[in-house]
Amino acid sequence: MSMPRLVWANVFRNKKRTALTIASVVVAFFLFGTLRSVITTLDAAAAVGSEARLITSSASGITFPLPEAHVNRLRAVPGIKSVSWSNWFGGYYQDPRDFFAQFAIKAESYLAMYPEIKITAGDVEAFKRERTAALVGVGLMNKYGWQIGQTVTLKGTIFAGDWDFVIRAAYTPVNPSFGDANMYFNYEYLYERTNGRITPGWFALELDRPGGAADLAKAIDAQFKNSTAPTKTETERAFQAGFVTMWGNIGFLVRAIGTAVFFAILFVAANTMMMAVRERVGEVAVLKTVGFQNGTLFWMVLAESVLITVVGGAIGLLLSRLAFMGRTPLNSFFPGFGVTNSTIALGLALATLLGVISGAIPALQSSRLSVVGALRRVA
Amino acid sequence: MKIPIIYNIRSLRQRPVSTLTTALGMALVVAVFIAMNALANGFQASLVGTGAVENVILLRKGANGEMNSGIARPAASTVAGYPFVAKDEAGLPLISAETFVVVPLARVGGGGMANVVVRGVSQKALQVRKDIQIKAGRTFRSGAREVIVGTAYAQRFPNSAVGQTVRFAEQDWTVVGQFTAGGSSFESEIWGENEQFMPVFRGQIFQSITFRMTDPAAFDGVKATLEGDARLAVDAVRERDFYENQSAGLSTVLKFIAVFLASIMAVGAIFGAINTMYAAVASRAPEIGVLLTLGFKPWSVMSSFLLESVFIAMLGGVLGCLIALPINGLVTSTTNWASFSEVAFAFRVTPGLLLSGMMFAVVMGVIGGLLPARRAAKQQVVDALRQA
Repeated sequence: MSMPRLVWANVFRNKKRTALTIASVVVAFFLFGTLRSVITTLDAAAAVGSEARLITSSASGITFPLPEAHVNRLRAVPGIKSVSWSNWFGGYYQDPRDFFAQFAIKAESYLAMYPEIKITAGDVEAFKRERTAALVGVGLMNKYGWQIGQTVTLKGTIFAGDWDFVIRAAYTPVNPSFGDANMYFNYEYLYERTNGRITPGWFALELDRPGGAADLAKAIDAQFKNSTAPTKTETERAFQAGFVTMWGNIGFLVRAIGTAVFFAILFVAANTMMMAVRERVGEVAVLKTVGFQNGTLFWMVLAESVLITVVGGAIGLLLSRLAFMGRTPLNSFFPGFGVTNSTIALGLALATLLGVISGAIPALQSSRLSVVGALRRVA
Repeated sequence: MKIPIIYNIRSLRQRPVSTLTTALGMALVVAVFIAMNALANGFQASLVGTGAVENVILLRKGANGEMNSGIARPAASTVAGYPFVAKDEAGLPLISAETFVVVPLARVGGGGMANVVVRGVSQKALQVRKDIQIKAGRTFRSGAREVIVGTAYAQRFPNSAVGQTVRFAEQDWTVVGQFTAGGSSFESEIWGENEQFMPVFRGQIFQSITFRMTDPAAFDGVKATLEGDARLAVDAVRERDFYENQSAGLSTVLKFIAVFLASIMAVGAIFGAINTMYAAVASRAPEIGVLLTLGFKPWSVMSSFLLESVFIAMLGGVLGCLIALPINGLVTSTTNWASFSEVAFAFRVTPGLLLSGMMFAVVMGVIGGLLPARRAAKQQVVDALRQA
């Protein structure tokens, strides 16, 4: 019998045990796929902001608005192609616990600056024309069952009262990490309803060329340093990343849990392999007697162990990939949540490692077995 | 007749490696379960502990947090005039009209920026909120550019020792004291006089008014009176409920994650336990045959093996508790999205939590041991003895 066939036969000698071990490895790698995707999705969210755009917000904090008069001074800065602005609205639809983001935007310049917002339904011109019009992400449309042309009423928490919006267009993000659950509406609506007491929340700046963003940001902040409203300018990517880090050290937490899962399953798999080798001591002795080399026996046990963990790992990773395809409840927390190819590759590597570690000691035991002692026990 | 427990313990000691690896697998499951719950507990405790039952907080009608709120200046004296506002020995009302802003400040040692609550309070605030204690220095003086900082803030941000200055809103503020607040989220804040902060931040409005009630049981009447007062246009909430609501969302999510993760991991660990117990039953077939021959009933054999599985699980539970225990008190931080500011809090491993960790382990042991124990009980004496 060739070595691969021997390994194959050994895997199936105790079907129940092999099945249980594979199942626990499946569970572990399903968790691995899920946990690592949290990290990759957060990283993607931090990187979704463009390096070619700058965000200028108040030096006192994002909750403080900036004067509209800054617009002209920003436009005059060499290297800046266009200027737009946006405000956080902070409203909710029906249920206050059901969070989604709403932005009041200076529509014409903002949409020109953000090709990520790809209009896929309705009429963008109608959105720009109409004061109370809204532009809504397809994810949000589906969630609430909204239709183009429908009037929806949001309750304001920052700007008190009921706010009516007519949905005129819907967008699908070019990059899923951008999020498909935002709502945009015209800054003019906010301005009029608040009797002109509102000023821009932050400015978005498009650059002539991507390079030199850092120097430009410094120059802008220096210009406003002694004005009534000093600014803080950073790349959009840095601005976005700032929000992601606000969750706290999620990366560390997830890695700690992942390590615990790995070791928990390592113990299960190692125990199984030890049991498997223990019960076939006699057989190994016979194989040695008929001329199998120690090295061959070592590799046989190791191959069996790796086969079990890699099969389990592959199934677990595949399940996690399937479970998070399309829209899942996790998407509202993490836009674009999904198991990436790099996660699958890393998972398979880890599964192999798991098999090697858990099989190493039993494999060594098997190869070092004393034939005389083992056969005496059998007889 | 029952099989003596010592039989199981000796059996476990016969195969220490197998027992220990199975127990360690379970220990890690229990540790993750405890750690995640300790995280949720800590966050919840820091926010729930922030509010007092006898205090009422007023916000602008419809505002869902201090950040969005705005109350006109005269409202403070209107509220102070109501008889249900408690008074101190000197007859002054225990009320604090407060300004609330969030400013970005650099963490200690290049840890990036974090949003910090800067709260402008009245001199009475330190009495209205019960657990406030000045740990170092003194409280701020009226009319001076002075602030006091919470101890959790002081640990994570530079220039927070007494005598140093912290810069925000384009001005320098002298730190004159550090305070504790019973581990609550106030410890992550900077406090100064409301009259000093008003002109540099949002102008002549307060964000909230907090006062002590003379009779905490009379809250419903107090609420009705204040919300019915047309001069005020406020929502009145018990301070404790206000902060509890802020913590509800995140701590529910954390607890869900704890149960979700632990349950999935438990499935893996249970499969491991089943394997171990099947192997134990198989290798001890002759012993089982002897036990049955001696007259032990099949159910005694079954409960004996079940007990053995539970022993392994309890060993795992104890190890898991030991692994998780050192994280108690570990300080971490996250953002309270309701106020958009960073809150520091400590992991809280409570005796009750350790107990639920142990129970979790026992459940794993019972499920893991059930099938193998049944197999043991169902063995035919003849077959079992033949192997010997």
